[in-house]
Amino acid sequence: MFDVRPVETDYVRHRAAQFRDQVERRLNGSLSEDEFKPLRLMNGVYLQLHAYMLRVAIPYGTISPDQMRTLAHLAQTYDKGYGHWTTRQNIQFNWPRLVDIPDMLDALADVGMHAIQTSGNTIRNVTTDAFAGAAFDEVTDPRPYAELLRSWSTDHAEFQFLPRKFKIAISGGKKDRAVIAAHDIGLRLVERDGKIGFEVWIGGGLGRTPMLGKVVRDFLPEEDLLPYVEAIIATYNLSGRRDNKYKARIKITVHERGLDVMRAEIEEEFLARRRDFRGADREALAIFKDRFRAPAFRNAATEVYEAARAANPAFRSWTDTNLHPHRIDGYASVVVTFKAPGQTPGDASADQMRLLADLAERYGHADLRVMHDQNVALPHVHKSDLPALYDALKAAGLATANAGLTSDIIACPGMDYCALATARSIPIAEEIADHFRAVDLEEEIGNLNIRISGCINACGHHHLGHIGILGLDRAGVENYQITLGGDAYDIPAIGERAGAGFPAEEVVPAIDRLLRAYLEVRQDASERFIDAYRRLGPAPFKAALYPAQADA
Amino acid sequence: MSKAFTPTPARPGVITANDLREGHNVWMCDGGWTPDPKRATVFEDEAIADLALLDAIGQAGLVVGPYLVEAKRGPDGPEPVHFREAFRQRGPSNYFHGIQAKEDAHV
Repeated sequence: MFDVRPVETDYVRHRAAQFRDQVERRLNGSLSEDEFKPLRLMNGVYLQLHAYMLRVAIPYGTISPDQMRTLAHLAQTYDKGYGHWTTRQNIQFNWPRLVDIPDMLDALADVGMHAIQTSGNTIRNVTTDAFAGAAFDEVTDPRPYAELLRSWSTDHAEFQFLPRKFKIAISGGKKDRAVIAAHDIGLRLVERDGKIGFEVWIGGGLGRTPMLGKVVRDFLPEEDLLPYVEAIIATYNLSGRRDNKYKARIKITVHERGLDVMRAEIEEEFLARRRDFRGADREALAIFKDRFRAPAFRNAATEVYEAARAANPAFRSWTDTNLHPHRIDGYASVVVTFKAPGQTPGDASADQMRLLADLAERYGHADLRVMHDQNVALPHVHKSDLPALYDALKAAGLATANAGLTSDIIACPGMDYCALATARSIPIAEEIADHFRAVDLEEEIGNLNIRISGCINACGHHHLGHIGILGLDRAGVENYQITLGGDAYDIPAIGERAGAGFPAEEVVPAIDRLLRAYLEVRQDASERFIDAYRRLGPAPFKAALYPAQADA
Repeated sequence: MSKAFTPTPARPGVITANDLREGHNVWMCDGGWTPDPKRATVFEDEAIADLALLDAIGQAGLVVGPYLVEAKRGPDGPEPVHFREAFRQRGPSNYFHGIQAKEDAHV
């Protein structure tokens, strides 16, 4: 488990004190809103549709029980009793008062947390596989590298005013669970000739111009990580477009200038900068690897787990969907979904956070992970503890057996909260989840990723959904476009727009027709929706979405 | 979008913003700002609305980001035209805990 050092706590306390002073100056009129806005954004404070919003970083999604309890405290004391997990391993509080936010930052600093660089045109929270350090297919634990990048990028003087925000993800597993193809820089840990390194991707991103990243280096030795990443961002910092906000991301730079040109410039910059890295980064990496030491796994029997699976169909169903294989025999990683019936996707109450903190201490080696898909994982649970863990989760309404199923929907806050949104996401997600539970098709449909965004900025990653839904404003009415064939994990793909959008009340019937058509055309129950789409192409699915056009 | 709105007698408007300290939505009314949109002052004249908006912008110690938005006259006061403003007034659709759940009070 990661240990926060006193020097880090002192640093975030200092930053919190700075912001307290800035808030006081804004309130007493010494700072105008134009002067204050960039300062609040540097501390993760937005002004949204109804209130201020504070976005707190959970670096690489790793969070301790005490940190989770602090989030619960903030939710209960300064918000309305809940927080919202985001797709980039942050938590957002939707209702704090500006005057309370300095106290919130102080409370976060007490446990080594902060909101630094959760906003602004700078390097954002570095994300990774939620099962890091636990996954069966892991090349090596990506978190020491993520921590190296976090430490290096925090308040990096050169990169505080990039052309646009900049997002980095690292995947340690053979299967990508960090969505590296949709990031400005994606790093895939690989092993070559017994040596650990990275396959380096650049230029991925969603939003109004979705693009998948491209491999700029097929093998980067681990000792070159910082100088090479620094060279990429320095190159982008100089060549990225500042004339047009919508063309300012590195994906546009790579697209317009070409990968080969970018690669040549990056390599030249890398050679120049590598001289400045004299080994301190490698010493730091060694320290971080030690700080992410594995817990003391135990060797114990698992008969109680097998017996519970045999005796309790609900428990068996939950283990079938919500467990991920662990690298240690007898262990599993547990996904706790925040997608229960009637629940806003990704919302966690203070009580739920406290319960997870307690359960992580009791059953999970005091380790918790915030997941890309707005759920929370306990990465290390011995199988003999799973029945007791399940009972505790079930009693709290957190044992929904739907990880990776129809109702496990990623949804941005949409126009229910977000000032940028053009339509709502949350009610659509809830209606889809409720419908497929009601018609009892969720289990039969099997693995399915539905992603919903309330605007073109694509915070709900609709482009990467097997089924993507994009909410728009069409002449003052909420309208929803559907994309098909996107994939975040197996074979990265941007979904294709199926056709005209649907009014809100027609979205659920349309998705119902679509998925019933899938059940008709699939080869067998093992062929997932995305596999059937790839095999058959869009025609049968478009016909289901637009039956009138198909009949014409 | 809403910031470019120009009020006319056929398309009246109100001025809305966020409260600086609390963050919640407020509407310009006689004597200040109110969290109750039904009490908002209705503008029909472009020039008067522009002056009121300038006045609102000048109240940076109280509110953030004031803008004009179209409204229609209802039996109890102005009502939103666009669904975005309806959501701002009502609060989020997943919880009943926006400003709609509070007693009204002047800023």
